[in-house]
Amino acid sequence: MELIFELSKVGRRAADVPLSDVPQIAPESFIDKKYLRDELDLPEVSEIDLVRHYTKLSQRNFGVDLGFYPLGSCTMKYNPKINETVAALPEFTGLHPYAPHEFAQGNLHLLFMMQRLLSNIFGMAEFTLQPAAGAHGELTGVMMIKKYFEQKGEKRRVVLIPDTAHGTNPASGALCGFETVTLRSNGEGGVDLEHLEELMSEEVAALMLTNPNTLGLFERNIEKVAQLVHGNGGLLYGDGANANAFLGKTRPGDLGFDVIQLNLHKTFSTPHGGGGPGSGPVGVSAKLIDFLPVPRIVRKGQEFHWSENFPQTIGRVRAFYGNFNVVVKAYAYIRSLGAAGLTRAAEMAVLNANYVKEILKPYYDLPYDHACMHECVFSGSKQVAESGVHTTDIAKRLIDYHYHPPTIYFPLIVPEAIMIEPTETESKETLDNFCAAMIAIAREAKENPQHVKDAPLTTPVKRLDEVLAARKPDVCWKK
Amino acid sequence: MDYCPHTKEDIAQMQAVVGINDIEELFANIPEKFRLKQIPDMPPALSEQETMALMNSIGARNKLPNLTLTGAGAYAHYIPAVVSHLVGRAEFYTAYTPYQAEISQGLLQAIYEYQTMIARLTGMEIANASMYDGASAMAEAAVLCSKMSGRGKILIARSVHPEYLRVARTYAWANGYEVQVIPYAENGQIDLEKLSGNLDENTSGVIIQSPNFFGCLEDIAPIANTAHEKGAFLISAFTDGTSLGLIKPAGECGADFVVGEGQSFGNPLNYGGPYLGILAAREKFLRRIPGRLAGQTVDKDGRRGFVLTLQTREQHIRREKATSNICSNEALCALAAGIYLAALGKNLRRLALLNVYKTQYLKSKLSQLPGWKINFSAPEYNEFVVTCPDAREVNDRLANEGIIGGYDLSKDYPELKNALLFCATEMLLKENIDHIVRILK
Repeated sequence: MELIFELSKVGRRAADVPLSDVPQIAPESFIDKKYLRDELDLPEVSEIDLVRHYTKLSQRNFGVDLGFYPLGSCTMKYNPKINETVAALPEFTGLHPYAPHEFAQGNLHLLFMMQRLLSNIFGMAEFTLQPAAGAHGELTGVMMIKKYFEQKGEKRRVVLIPDTAHGTNPASGALCGFETVTLRSNGEGGVDLEHLEELMSEEVAALMLTNPNTLGLFERNIEKVAQLVHGNGGLLYGDGANANAFLGKTRPGDLGFDVIQLNLHKTFSTPHGGGGPGSGPVGVSAKLIDFLPVPRIVRKGQEFHWSENFPQTIGRVRAFYGNFNVVVKAYAYIRSLGAAGLTRAAEMAVLNANYVKEILKPYYDLPYDHACMHECVFSGSKQVAESGVHTTDIAKRLIDYHYHPPTIYFPLIVPEAIMIEPTETESKETLDNFCAAMIAIAREAKENPQHVKDAPLTTPVKRLDEVLAARKPDVCWKK
Repeated sequence: MDYCPHTKEDIAQMQAVVGINDIEELFANIPEKFRLKQIPDMPPALSEQETMALMNSIGARNKLPNLTLTGAGAYAHYIPAVVSHLVGRAEFYTAYTPYQAEISQGLLQAIYEYQTMIARLTGMEIANASMYDGASAMAEAAVLCSKMSGRGKILIARSVHPEYLRVARTYAWANGYEVQVIPYAENGQIDLEKLSGNLDENTSGVIIQSPNFFGCLEDIAPIANTAHEKGAFLISAFTDGTSLGLIKPAGECGADFVVGEGQSFGNPLNYGGPYLGILAAREKFLRRIPGRLAGQTVDKDGRRGFVLTLQTREQHIRREKATSNICSNEALCALAAGIYLAALGKNLRRLALLNVYKTQYLKSKLSQLPGWKINFSAPEYNEFVVTCPDAREVNDRLANEGIIGGYDLSKDYPELKNALLFCATEMLLKENIDHIVRILK
């Protein structure tokens, strides 16, 4: 397909600019020529060219609205339309972040209430809504941990991270100057308590734990884990990427977590936007409240204000207050569902994952065969051994069946991993049809492996040369 | 309202397949004492109609201004109707990060085109797929300079957006390097002598902004030379992206990195977010920069196609050795920016000129008010600083008329008492400006 630049024709425009109603002074007369640019190389297209170009692009893209999207650890649930409608209200989109507080009482009220509701749902003392995404929330959380020990005058330089963790965890730890040490999983896929005991010392600032972990398993020794970490003066960090599994069933605060970061674009149904914007609120236990980023909302009588007056804060992690408009959508979602609806979401998400697990078990390796939470992790090892068909091939073949593939090759401890997260918004029929496709592919892999290796066959482009892309990088078009 | 489609029969059948009698059995790994019966203190569930009414009532507690005269890092611009129509296509907004390239060509190509437009606008060879916002883009560029140089100090102009400076400090503290602030000169630009005096062999980089927080344009080439003489990198930010329609980009003046806030390109004010961080760089940093990159390649039949590339820089591959921990970015905001820039095309220059005309008109009118004085002599784009007799009283008077006034600089710059930072974009009509002047007379 052509690039927008290739549609360009000198003199065309898709958006016009009003004529000036004030005097037009030649810019050269008050801006020295050295500050002015000579050429401006942007595409020149008409409005209909523009509309057709991006509409065609959209048709070459797959979203939840087109079909099942069981991308593990990404919680690709349906994004209710009402949330888009309310977030687009001019009252929510039209305000400048520096609008005086009397202009912004609605926004401040909403943010304040959101912090409260999240605190109730997760059992934390307080939340910040400033981080822009999950990894940003993680970074914020680890910064607070660093500050906490700085204030106590303790030099702890290690963060423990299980081998099942998301890659963002070690990267966030390293960005705060911590040394990251890998904690082994036990045979059940949970924390190896002996290894944890061995690693815990006064050097350890925190354990970063994803619970349920990336195998979709709830850490049943969580109480012991928390005791071991706290007993050595460490903090327990919770990666809330998988929070959809336990809404209304348990609360990280009650389990002993000191920090937890959420992803509103996973658990609370805000659309992922093709890779953002997300929103990564961070909840903390009472001992970390003072370190939350500023500004924070304070209530004076019936009025809400922003306040920077928190001397022990880590500071700011971004400009302004966070991805406000994303929070609006998540707030509407939480209010729609209420307590019972959130609990039902977790229950149905977990039921769906277990259902898929049971149906596919005879056809694919299941390295950890326990009751899973919101996702289940298979391995394509059997197919590799039988016919040389790899997990990538299975994923690509699913595309021909009009499904988005699951997360693949993650978690790293499962070879040829296939991580399936159905979410609660999918019907039994959808799951049955998806499982039928997976079973058909398992059969194809035996009977006609080449067919699977050639997939996808129905897409506008076939498999792409990623090696070429990395060896001769072309990230900006040149004429 | 919930969005779970299962009927009672569905659930019964599924439970039978799973081999349970009660859903609760699936949560058996959660120790009994931590099992929740119900989330405490939650308001009741709402029907869609009730949700709509609730959100409308919350929105109604806001007061939408008639006019906004504050910029300071977020800018009120007209957004062509076509932008929201195209960004609103659910194939885009309900997708995840384009990991599966064959069914994500739309977003990948759109991001590749965005990267190209941003590189051209900033005068750079490359740009990434976006960062969280302008401030975090700046902070991450600073972290990168520190990592690449192994030097312990970064110099930041005091005329950089105070919140960006604060974010850069947070990241610097976490990473263990020092931030030193360089004062501004009398004309509103960076004090080049002070900069030169503080640059040494331990300086990883210099960070400036142009237009800077006071609206003044910096003379970037000599700053770049000064930094490079000591082996330091230059990170040059901008405030309002539309300035790039008219103003010479930092990439043409020797900057190593250009960062900034892309909100002006087709994204609403949204009370501060979501916005998008722009990060552009010289080609030689391609394998070091943070964030995602869409790259062009071919499929096995030789057809043009796009993938996420150079992922070995990123956290999911490199883990603790990654350039950054960024994962999700602001893809949809970048999509909006690309559509906006393609819609305007060369009209971006006309738009920038219109901003300049309006600003000059507002500035000339305000400077004629008794007791009002323009602070700085350096050339401006669409913001300027003016000292008035009583800043608070001025903003109160404007607020009473439903107008968000100037940004009060005394909060961040105690020496700039009663100094207001005003912004005039194409949204201000001549009659609006005349009305403002009448209010303030």
